[in-house]
Amino acid sequence: MTDKIAVTLRVNARDYRIEVEPRRTLADAIRTDCGLTGTHLGCEHGVCGACTVIVDGHAVRSCLMFAVQAEGSHIRTVEGLADGERLSPVQQAFHDHHALQCGFCTPGFLMLATAILEDNPRIGADDLRHALASNLCRCTGYHNIVIAVQAAAEKMR
Amino acid sequence: MKPAPFAYHAPRSLADAVRLLTELGDDAKVLAGGQSLVAAMNFRLARPAALVDINRIASLDFVNSEGGTLRIGALARHARFERPLVEGVLGGLLPYVARHIAHLPIRSRGTFAGSLAHADPASEWCLVARTLDAEIVLTGPKAERRVPAADYFQGVFTTALRSDEIVSEIRIPLPGAGWHGGFAEFSRRAGDFALAMCLALIRIEGGRIAEAKIGIGGGADRPLRIAAAERALVGQAPDAAAFAAAADIAAREIDPMSDIHADADYRRDLVGAMTRRALAHALRA
Repeated sequence: MTDKIAVTLRVNARDYRIEVEPRRTLADAIRTDCGLTGTHLGCEHGVCGACTVIVDGHAVRSCLMFAVQAEGSHIRTVEGLADGERLSPVQQAFHDHHALQCGFCTPGFLMLATAILEDNPRIGADDLRHALASNLCRCTGYHNIVIAVQAAAEKMR
Repeated sequence: MKPAPFAYHAPRSLADAVRLLTELGDDAKVLAGGQSLVAAMNFRLARPAALVDINRIASLDFVNSEGGTLRIGALARHARFERPLVEGVLGGLLPYVARHIAHLPIRSRGTFAGSLAHADPASEWCLVARTLDAEIVLTGPKAERRVPAADYFQGVFTTALRSDEIVSEIRIPLPGAGWHGGFAEFSRRAGDFALAMCLALIRIEGGRIAEAKIGIGGGADRPLRIAAAERALVGQAPDAAAFAAAADIAAREIDPMSDIHADADYRRDLVGAMTRRALAHALRA
């Protein structure tokens, strides 16, 4: 055990004052200390992308960052996408196009796709597929994920 | 899994970071992008007693080109290279190489200098540094050392970097006019580590190759230049026959690794194929 450090995480425009060991990953802090369990943890070594969140505008693997490193950053998780009952364009498109089956990978894909489209809603089809290859879906639902993100892109242009 | 406990330090200056490394000794590690280190810590393959996080040292976050040299600070992340940063042959080549590195969220965090500190034999940036004769700037407690890439890489995950030093900057001499560059990489899935890759630069003068740089990554324990293949290209017309001859030499010269991903014979074949493709790409690009 090492001493806990007081950290303020700003997640979805709300401050969470938490105390964590330095070894607490951002993913675990979001889930356990902030209570935001929408962010999922799969492989815990940066391969699967289930834990993808947006930190200061960039999609990142929250299992490969420590919570203490995120002090002062703006973190966005899947809980912050919808505006009340109104789904974000990416969420709505996943619903409309059946872009999820078991749903485990979905929060990571939603955050990845949101970051991609906020950076460039006119991204080309090949570049989009290349970028979406960052995350894994073990239900093999990639086809509908690509279709959904393309549909969301049209709405976000 | 979860990482073992460690003490965390987040210095605000390079001098403080180096002082901490000196005090903490061999059990401390530098944390930059963390995309290899934190994964290794989660597996408990790495169990550093302390981390010196350099992410809050603003002076290390730069990329610029002055006087014909591309200067890359320790905090320049892979994603920064996806858009052209310089004029000339590297303007298009570096973004093309960058897009082969892992996946987008890894590129948002991982750093060029961190790749060189880690020295995975299949690292694209290690190949770039070696092929382009980069100078690696290592800042330690007493002084700064500038180590040529040819001396810096010593084996798998093994470099000239000492435990009290930080890779603070990389300096790449920019190729001048007349240079063409190409890159080819083979991996089983997009974003995986390369089984073999080649970075090829040729300078064409009067319809003939005047100079060549052939770098191979992923094939052996470190990125290598293949001098015999470079010599074979000089004086030739840049055509398929010359490229195939150089590729055969590269495949013959390399001493390939055998592992679970590919045996030595297969890697040797791939080195030849990647060399041919990188040279063909150089001519097109």
